[in-house]
Amino acid sequence: MTDRAMVDGVSPPRFSVPLELRAVAITLALGVLGYTLFPDDLAFLTRLISITLLVLSLDLVTGYCGVATLGHAAIYGVSAYVVGNACLAGHSDPLLLLLVGAVAGAVMGLVSGVLVTRFKGLPQLVLSIAVGQLVAALANKLSSLTGGSDGLSGISPGRVFGVYAFDMYGRTGYVFSVAVLMVVFVVLLRIVHSPFGLLCQAIKDDSLRARMIGARVYPRLVLMYGVSGVVGGIGGALNAINTGVVGLDSIGFERSAEALVMLVLGGAGSLWGALIGSIVFQVFEHYVSAANPFHWMTMVGALLIAVVLFAPKGLVSLGGLLAGRTASVMRRRP
Amino acid sequence: MSRPLLELRNVSMSFGGMRVNDDISFSIGKGERVALIGPNGAGKTTLVNVISGDLTPSQGAVHLAGVDVTALPISDRVDAGLIRTFQITRLFKSLTVAQNVALAVMQRKGLTRSMFSCPMDRPDVRREWERALGTLGIAHLADRQVSQLAYGQQRLLDLAIGLALEPKVLLLDEPAAGVPSEESSKIIEAIDRLPSDIAVLMIEHDMDLVFKFARRVLVLANGKLIFQGDPAEVTHHQEVRRAYLGSYADARHAS
Amino acid sequence: MAWTGLSIGLDALSYGMVLFIISIGLSIMMGLMRVVNLAHGAFAMIGGYLASFALKNAGYPLAIVLAVLGTIAIAFPLEFLLYRRIYRKSDELTQILLTIGIAFVIIGVANYILGPTTKSIPLPPLLSGPVDLGFRMIPAHRIFVTICGVCTAGLLWLLIDRTEFGIRLRAAVDNGDMAESLGIKTQILFSATFALAVGLAAFGGVVGAELLPVEPFYALRYMVTFLVVVSVGGAGSIPGAVAASILLGLADTTGKYLAPEYGEFFFYLAVILVVFLFPNGLLGRRH
Repeated sequence: MTDRAMVDGVSPPRFSVPLELRAVAITLALGVLGYTLFPDDLAFLTRLISITLLVLSLDLVTGYCGVATLGHAAIYGVSAYVVGNACLAGHSDPLLLLLVGAVAGAVMGLVSGVLVTRFKGLPQLVLSIAVGQLVAALANKLSSLTGGSDGLSGISPGRVFGVYAFDMYGRTGYVFSVAVLMVVFVVLLRIVHSPFGLLCQAIKDDSLRARMIGARVYPRLVLMYGVSGVVGGIGGALNAINTGVVGLDSIGFERSAEALVMLVLGGAGSLWGALIGSIVFQVFEHYVSAANPFHWMTMVGALLIAVVLFAPKGLVSLGGLLAGRTASVMRRRP
Repeated sequence: MSRPLLELRNVSMSFGGMRVNDDISFSIGKGERVALIGPNGAGKTTLVNVISGDLTPSQGAVHLAGVDVTALPISDRVDAGLIRTFQITRLFKSLTVAQNVALAVMQRKGLTRSMFSCPMDRPDVRREWERALGTLGIAHLADRQVSQLAYGQQRLLDLAIGLALEPKVLLLDEPAAGVPSEESSKIIEAIDRLPSDIAVLMIEHDMDLVFKFARRVLVLANGKLIFQGDPAEVTHHQEVRRAYLGSYADARHAS
Repeated sequence: MAWTGLSIGLDALSYGMVLFIISIGLSIMMGLMRVVNLAHGAFAMIGGYLASFALKNAGYPLAIVLAVLGTIAIAFPLEFLLYRRIYRKSDELTQILLTIGIAFVIIGVANYILGPTTKSIPLPPLLSGPVDLGFRMIPAHRIFVTICGVCTAGLLWLLIDRTEFGIRLRAAVDNGDMAESLGIKTQILFSATFALAVGLAAFGGVVGAELLPVEPFYALRYMVTFLVVVSVGGAGSIPGAVAASILLGLADTTGKYLAPEYGEFFFYLAVILVVFLFPNGLLGRRH
């Protein structure tokens, strides 16, 4: 009797290939859509993708681990600077630069993780801000490495695979960025559904309970911070590679806060949420903030308040509601 | 006599000036079924927290299979087979029912380091979490989100997580409290069917369940262990009756 | 050398006192209502703006009073509509987002109405001149701010230690549910505390305007510092906030004297060390 219930009740294996294939298809479709809608403004789109990676990176620690941080841009900015310097030093292969960014991001992520995930609550928030501000102050000071307030410029990456040069229209940069986003997104989908990813979510839900099933909470969180660092680092690398310039704005408090806004708008705790949030926010910003930057700030504020009050799980929950309904209908079908 | 699986030596726990547990010593051997009873505020849950490692005792030591674990973190105790359930259900609400239990299985098997593979559906893992869910009759809920479960079902899942960790010593904090009778009978059944070699310490208010389950009873009152022994004797013990049982013992006598 | 030390000390003290006056309200709110209010700096800024308006027609003392009351009046609808939802229960992320949203709106509106420039808050003649301390000339204003800080700390201590309000406040901090069951109306208590916190922020915003100039981005620029004061001092602790304010004032001032090119590097290094070593604050209690 119980055996039978088990056979009936348990669904076929999860996380099979289709989920990842779907992710590939959707990112590709978004890439084509972006190219069709903004053919003359690919620079905007590559910037968007670079920031999207930062938001995905933030999602890993905020959405999946429950760490409230306002200093995440430190990871993004530091990698951008490291990549910029590596390129200026003559290591200009774009793939190598991505790797450099990922490693720099991982190191920054691990360091931040060690400091930030040690505590919960106010000390955690303050530590996250302090780490971010410390790094920003350092970036300002070390102007020989960062160009100070002028920014680090003159970064010109070589050809992708030694064949495709970064052109002035940004076509190569765009295709390159979409490809990177696609790969990262698929890998992250795997990671958040892996036992490690599940454990992080479990820690977010109830860290004491997670300990009571034997989890070592602090090392897990630090490790996830490291993974998040890799993703943020790749984002920073894309920023340096595509724009050729790295400025102090890529490392500061505003960048961190903005990333958090995008994440929450889309829905923290879902990779799709991070993706949707950063796209919607930045496309919106592209039009509105150009018109009036100060109204823009008021609108972002009002938007945040509205999201907290009316859609605390973000835009993706609205989509998720629909999808959930469809799925349950599908399940009921014989 | 074989070495006890769980042993408390003169454990005391104070908060500020309040002694919540006062000089408590007892031991539980392989296969024993022991109930911990006592009036509200007697310090039972605190004691479970001390044993499980959530709290460090002010004095005394906790031994697990002969090893002093007083200074060890919770996770090490879990690895050694000391598992507890919670009085208030604490589940992972962003995960599905199956994932809640599978995570426990994978943690025990050391698979939670894995970042890219999905061992949840590996046959050996799957068999175990399906069995744990099946034992408690909630296999049909495997794909539900925890938030969609009724309270009784959540308690069943809580116990399923405990079972999936393959305890050697299992601490049950009021497993059947507030649970509708249909589910509570499943819980009792599951407790009955626990592997005979594990040691179980159960906090429980329901005396019928205590008498049915336990072959030994510990009574805690005002932080002190005032009685331990045969369940049949507990109702006759003067101090226990005064401290706790009161009307219940009288009623039982009368009938 | 000794004079330099004393000079740094004096500057640090007055700066620290400004930090204290503004941050203590945030600290009390965090201790009692468990709300991380990232719009606290925005309220201090509103106080500054209102004072600069009031000073066109009124004297300095009256302008301070008007600014404090005006800020409370502006903030109160926000308390009623938004803050009440997040007292004591919601998770930090929700609080951070809601209150940073409020701060953004205030910045945006301030910028739109008043423009991005710094608003001056002219001091009365008595406070605008220098005072000769023998070894050094010091702006009279710095002494005034220090006195304000000491008075604020003293009055708050009296309020919390000696009055009925203070007893209720402490009872609610220690155990909210218990206080409720004893008949303490926590909602009213929360509203009163909110008004007190906002009023203190506005007061600090006005008297500290010489050190923290009033402009739209004030709301976020110094918010981080206020948060740090609360964290280092321990939420809800007056002596903790005093100690943290002076310590952080010292760290910041010393850093700027000795290594100005490093900006706030040493300040945040100190913060990381202190918070990591004392996660519950220098004088805070464990929750």
